[in-house]
Amino acid sequence: MDISKEFRERGRVDILLRQIRQEATEKYIFMEVCGGHTTAIHSYGIPGLLPGSINLISGPGCPVCVTSESFLDHAIALSAMPGILVATFGDLLRVPGGGTSLEKEKAAGASIIVVYSINEALDLAAKNKDKMVVFLAIGFETTAPGTAAGVLDAGKRGLANFFILSAHKIMPPAMRAVVEGGTNVNGFICPGHVSAITGSGIYGFLPDDFGIGCVISGFEPVDILQSVLMLIRQVNRKDPGVEVQYTRAVRPEGNPKAMNIMKQVFKVSDQWWRGFGTIPGSGLQLKPEYEKSDAGKVFPAPPQRQPVESLCMCGSILRGTHTPADCPLFGTGCTPADPAGACMVSAEGACHAFHKYTMSL
Amino acid sequence: MCLSIPVRIVTIEGGFATVSFGENTYRASLQLLEGMKPGDYVLLHAGFAIQKLDRQEAEETLRLIDEMQDLSDGKSGSDQ
Ligand code: SF4
Repeated sequence: MDISKEFRERGRVDILLRQIRQEATEKYIFMEVCGGHTTAIHSYGIPGLLPGSINLISGPGCPVCVTSESFLDHAIALSAMPGILVATFGDLLRVPGGGTSLEKEKAAGASIIVVYSINEALDLAAKNKDKMVVFLAIGFETTAPGTAAGVLDAGKRGLANFFILSAHKIMPPAMRAVVEGGTNVNGFICPGHVSAITGSGIYGFLPDDFGIGCVISGFEPVDILQSVLMLIRQVNRKDPGVEVQYTRAVRPEGNPKAMNIMKQVFKVSDQWWRGFGTIPGSGLQLKPEYEKSDAGKVFPAPPQRQPVESLCMCGSILRGTHTPADCPLFGTGCTPADPAGACMVSAEGACHAFHKYTMSL
Repeated sequence: MCLSIPVRIVTIEGGFATVSFGENTYRASLQLLEGMKPGDYVLLHAGFAIQKLDRQEAEETLRLIDEMQDLSDGKSGSDQ
């Protein structure tokens, strides 16, 4: 039996929708933090199913969307250096920056190879001992343990020609930044796969310090609707807390083995997020003992350039203060085929999801 | 990017599992999990199995939803 199918069943969707309609007596704004939720919510047409009093907005949990232009500039500069192969997740390829993108540079002959996993990048390094392989390490707590395992593996396999350029980020400080930025969100749909690694404890500050409720949700329509119902009940009861809807994947303690590997290799650092700027303690960089694998240390960054002026409102969308429809470029100067901003590039970006599933109706 | 898909472990060899989803198979690293066996469902993310899926918990979640149906059938208009 495929468990996922059970969570897509129409009958259950209807039960939850009926219950939501009955219990939604106020106005609610819930933020789904994770880009995976944004995609799921729009692909299943959930906003159209919910009563108008419930507004779902996207947050800063699309890794590609929050990646900085200076990180991309660094990656592009590396790809132009002789002897270097840049290995990247496909999602980063098309992000525009400074009039170019990894995709354009690749088409012009730069050494950029798309991989699905850091393990493929390690195999590239093993096969190309005369080259230096730099893996572009982006993503949240879901992805960082794999990167950490890859760095340890490079050591075990004696791959001195393997490096990572890390823009890894961790979620709670960004959620704090959303709240401190002055939002009217009254509940968070918390990222399920981040939580599968970290456990549910990392969100405690939201109800404790800010009185905002959280539900850690799965990614199927039944999961999302049940999470919405749980948040409605928290608001109605005026009893915010951290609840787990996605119990089949999220245990209170998370995945301790993955957390240990991540902590062994990375230390917490400041990180820049699109829409927020630098958020203290929100990033992961290699510890000193692994610095020989740190492309950021071994191959210095190119000089900072003046950011290009743009009408793109991606930053405000990631902070939850605007929606894609507010952007003057949406659908005209910016489409998935010809994106002007990062939120339109990634399949998990709010603009992309909004365009793909709303414009085609 | 944060996409993780539920897959089933078919075989295990040397720290890697062959996992299947739909018609596809993939070689997934088991470095981040302990004690996996063939037949287990796991979440696959960027080449790594990151967490085991608990079938009993899944069934419990579904049962709670199905009970809402019974409740509203039994005493319609009341959700107490
Ligand atoms: S529609 Fe395009 S330009 Fe506008 S905010 Fe979204 S990504 Fe930026």
